[in-house]
Amino acid sequence: MRKILVVAEMGRAGPDDSAFELAAAARAAGKALGEHRVAAAVFGRGVAEAARGLAPWFDDVFVFDDPQLEIPDGEAWRALLALLIARERPLLTLIAHSNHGMDYAPALAGQAGTPLVCDCVALEVRDGRLFAVRSVYGGKLNARVSVALGDAGCMATLRPGAFPAAPAPQGAGAAIHAEAVPAALTPRRRCLGTVAPEPGAVDITQSAVLVAVGRGIEEEENLGIIHSLAEALRADVACSRPVVDKKWLPRSRQVGTSGVTVKPKVYLAIGISGSFQHMGGVKGGPFIAAINKDPAAPIFSVADVGIVGDLFELVPLLEEKVRELKG
Amino acid sequence: MEIIVCVKRVPDVAEVEVEVDRSGRALERQDLAYGINEWDNFAIEAAVSLVEAHGGRSTAVTVGGPEDEEVLRRALAMGVNEALHLCDPAFAGADAHGVALLLQRAIAARPFDLVLTGAISSDQRNGQVGGMLAALLGIPQVALATELKVENGRAVVRHEVEGGLERVVELDLPALVSVQTGINEPRYVSVRGIRKVADQAIPVLDAASLGLDAAQAQALLAQVRIEELFLPQRGKGAEMLEGSDEEKVLKLIERLRERGGL
Amino acid sequence: MSASDVTLPAPAAQDLLGLPAPAFHLAMLVLAAAAFGFILWKRARLLLQGAPDPRLDRIGTRLARLLFLGFGQARQPRYPAAGVLHILIFAGFLILSLRSLTLLGEGFSAGFALPGLAGRAGAAYASLKDWTALVVLACCVVAAVRRALFAPARYHDRHARKSHAREAYVILGLISLLMVADALYEGAALAGSGGAGPRLPLASAAALCLGGLPDAALGVLHLSAFWIHNAALLFFLCYLPVSKHFHVITSLPNVFLLDLRAGGAVKPPRHGAVDQGAAEALGVGRLEGFTWKHLLDFYTCTDCGRCSDQCPAYATGTLLSPRMISIKCRDLAYQCFPLLGATVPPEERPALVGDVIAAGEIWSCTTCGACEEVCPVLIEYVDKIVDLRRFLVDQGDVPPSLQKPLAALEKHGNPYGKMARKRGDWAGGGEEGGSGVRVLKEGESADLLFFTDSCVAYDPRLQRIGQALGALFGAAGLDCGTLGKDEVDSGHEARRMGEEGLFETLRDKNLEALGRRTFARLVTADPHAMSALKNDGYGLAQPILHHSQLLAELLAAGRLVPGPLGDERVYTFHDPCYLGRHNGEFAAPRAVLSALPGLRLVEMARARSRSFCCGGGSLYLFSEVECEARMGELRLCMAEEAGAQVIVTACPFCLLNLEDAIKTSGREGRMEVLDLAELVVRSLNRGVVG
Repeated sequence: MRKILVVAEMGRAGPDDSAFELAAAARAAGKALGEHRVAAAVFGRGVAEAARGLAPWFDDVFVFDDPQLEIPDGEAWRALLALLIARERPLLTLIAHSNHGMDYAPALAGQAGTPLVCDCVALEVRDGRLFAVRSVYGGKLNARVSVALGDAGCMATLRPGAFPAAPAPQGAGAAIHAEAVPAALTPRRRCLGTVAPEPGAVDITQSAVLVAVGRGIEEEENLGIIHSLAEALRADVACSRPVVDKKWLPRSRQVGTSGVTVKPKVYLAIGISGSFQHMGGVKGGPFIAAINKDPAAPIFSVADVGIVGDLFELVPLLEEKVRELKG
Repeated sequence: MEIIVCVKRVPDVAEVEVEVDRSGRALERQDLAYGINEWDNFAIEAAVSLVEAHGGRSTAVTVGGPEDEEVLRRALAMGVNEALHLCDPAFAGADAHGVALLLQRAIAARPFDLVLTGAISSDQRNGQVGGMLAALLGIPQVALATELKVENGRAVVRHEVEGGLERVVELDLPALVSVQTGINEPRYVSVRGIRKVADQAIPVLDAASLGLDAAQAQALLAQVRIEELFLPQRGKGAEMLEGSDEEKVLKLIERLRERGGL
Repeated sequence: MSASDVTLPAPAAQDLLGLPAPAFHLAMLVLAAAAFGFILWKRARLLLQGAPDPRLDRIGTRLARLLFLGFGQARQPRYPAAGVLHILIFAGFLILSLRSLTLLGEGFSAGFALPGLAGRAGAAYASLKDWTALVVLACCVVAAVRRALFAPARYHDRHARKSHAREAYVILGLISLLMVADALYEGAALAGSGGAGPRLPLASAAALCLGGLPDAALGVLHLSAFWIHNAALLFFLCYLPVSKHFHVITSLPNVFLLDLRAGGAVKPPRHGAVDQGAAEALGVGRLEGFTWKHLLDFYTCTDCGRCSDQCPAYATGTLLSPRMISIKCRDLAYQCFPLLGATVPPEERPALVGDVIAAGEIWSCTTCGACEEVCPVLIEYVDKIVDLRRFLVDQGDVPPSLQKPLAALEKHGNPYGKMARKRGDWAGGGEEGGSGVRVLKEGESADLLFFTDSCVAYDPRLQRIGQALGALFGAAGLDCGTLGKDEVDSGHEARRMGEEGLFETLRDKNLEALGRRTFARLVTADPHAMSALKNDGYGLAQPILHHSQLLAELLAAGRLVPGPLGDERVYTFHDPCYLGRHNGEFAAPRAVLSALPGLRLVEMARARSRSFCCGGGSLYLFSEVECEARMGELRLCMAEEAGAQVIVTACPFCLLNLEDAIKTSGREGRMEVLDLAELVVRSLNRGVVG
């Protein structure tokens, strides 16, 4: 029977959202294949319970529970997945296109000798091939690529958030398989520790979601509403030059030709007119939403959606609704 | 220390309205300007400064057509000692796996302690070649490096993981590190600098010299097929959200949700 | 000085320390001359090692400039108080130099007089020099009091590590000592003879003070004053080249050796080199890399601080202070080429770029030229900055924010990284509603070639300047074409950022494109482009005009007929650096403005050659420097002080920067910035309507 393997990443409180997105994508692909089983692989220390939590979405769950796996290390996952794939021979392996996924998926594919399609935003299986849509050329074009679903199988990493998460299917849960973890998993790569970014020195060049504030904020005291909106959105705060000029935010937060270049997925511009110097620092074709009181502000010509209005009314309201939504 | 740095020539499309050519599978190349992949530029700087600090030799390698030689010249101008050009019509259409395979054949025949690549290339954005190459060479690897030091025969690398965190790992050499932008400040390459290395010989390796049968190369190198390129749907100018403040905000949340902003 | 009055012993007739006075005097002179020669020789060693710099062409022009700017002190009055004091002291020096020679002569022969200064002429000169000495003494007192109590802010540079105030007091003291000693020398003689009077005010005043002293005492005083004067004079001479007052010796030569190339030109990387790219390293990375003339500049700097006082980069709190470039380089020169001991070998010196001058200083300059314009002794800064940048560029040491536009220039021919194909799009392709400017294909011709340069070609706001000009040319019936996609950036900024190779590449591409079209005249809306095309070795045969010049011509000829603007607002003109200061065009834009009926025009305090840079020079339109204030915002304040609400400019860089400053300083709706061409279009439209 055709197998589809999903590598489930664990968050601090159970499986990461991406695990359910991968599950849904796997099911959709499986339908096109006919009879199939969807399996998950779970790694960590003390993850047995979390693995059981995944059971309703899958037919099999392979659990790698070992002290060596306490910190998710790409090379360790690669070693174990290579063994699992050699044994289970899945037709398709789905991995989240996270930083972690980017660390081990290519090496895993290289080792397993399977083709890999990265950062997919859509998948389709037909005519014995996997078709995927991916964003290329800095987001300016999409590519539809295909790869044969042959003996060696195939791998794909999926962009987090691009696939709807699967609702829990009704019926029987998965079979849980406790997998053995060999000693000395990664003798040639050792983890020395984890570094949290220095407080205050947020690197907005790496942020996926940015709440950018401009001169429209008027006073330093008003920045509070921006910070709490960003917190609600789990975004980082960026700004345009006037805000830095007034020393309300550090220069490391300034987007633009004189500041830093950012490449988020979503850019929420609040009270920013959108001067060319500022927009010159926004790259990678993000989704841009703008709030400005001036309907003629240039930001609206580059934004995807815009709201004309008073940011002092709109921002707190937006935060409230976002918090309601996130519970 | 022997360092190999893998580089790629890519079109610079940052400020350009890209178009798809008649085949529907490739970029309209006319009027495009090309240059070094941004990530690779950081990798070259890392290679050059490591050799400056520890001695040894750095070699830049690329897979591509004759026109791609310019990125090797640029690497030489930045201070890389040698360059290697994997060039054969049979390599056309190679996917990331194919490129990794070619690189592996070229690199495995030479002494090396460290292989550097950019984390991704700005054109295809696969981010695969580094990891695949490491696997093919049978060496440890790490992706998205933001700091790289070499001490006592080991590479100590800080790399990006989830949640804005970074992890420090230690790799035994030989190893492969794919670097993230911002790992250093790449030096500027002046036009004069390029002219100065214009005469430096760059060996070219073709399919035969990599032990590949040109006739079979295609099947081996190009497993992932580009079916079509198309413009993502996007309107011109912002869609203005109307209604009461509350309605506007709810519509905005809806849009943010669609685009992964929530 | 009339010898017949002398009743006191003449210095030359007395023995001193057992030696006859002439012999003693000779020994003193020889010693001083040896010391002076030794110091000058030591100082000259560095100049001899400097890079070549041909400065002996057009001697007539040089002599004329020397007369006007050197002897005429033409730039001094820009700072009225200090300027007048300096002019008086300088004139005093010239007049008193004859007196000094006379006194040196008197050490050898009693009653010595310079040829032509005997008899009545001598008496007249005696009176003149005495009045002069009085004035100089007074100036010294005023200067000392001013420095002590009312020092202008420019005297203290915020980047300075030490003050040269002590040197200034020493010099003022020495000059005063010379005046007083001579006065006592003469006064003692006068007191003995009773010849005091208003003809000799200072000597007479001294005589008055000395009245009543016995003749013997007067004799001793007379002799002592003589020897003190001459000793002080010789000490002064030797002190000059070890102090900031070296300029007393070097400034006139420095003025004579001024840069006679066109205003906006930049020196080649190495004068006289056939292949500029052949050198192992480009630019200036150590002291000897500067040309000998630029090294002489360092010796000549008087530390007056006027350059930094005018510098927009200094005014906005960047790392740069042009004065400190000179001061720090001079300090380094004195340290590495000491008077005593061996020259410090290059590897043991602090690095010129890095240790002495920070990269941040070098990148902060907008090359506006305000510093050079004001320097009384014609020290050059822009060329030095460009040479230092050339070194940094060659080393690959370029800030990331500047690498972006430079790389885009190389790849795309414009600093934005936009497609070359789109370069002519602004002109509208000759369609209905187009600009009226044709895109010329190879082999085609037009009367007028419009060189757009990158800003006007690509920036949506600045494209409107090109379109406005197209409309005006159309209205005037001019046949105008542009190069379209075959044009690349003029390279003006690339060259000033020190990227000489990139500049050459761009220039050659433009020359090729221009060479394949026929045109009678070339016009551009960008003063930087104009300056590059005229002064940076394009060598075009056709006249190169700035649009202000062409518009002035068209208005004067009646080919454009403006109507009343009907605008009550007050206008002012902001002189773009590369139109005005660097290329001397102040009149044409003002001629255009004055041709517009009903325009209320005021001038800013800093207008014409004193104009204040908008901050867009070099590549700072694309990458701003770290600073406390913005140049553009400061400029808006200056316009406000002049009472203007509309700033007219004639440069796309200025337009963009000042408009941005209006936004960032919250002056929207209160102030407006316009290009000259846009204003003429407004006026023309009113004319049609009216």
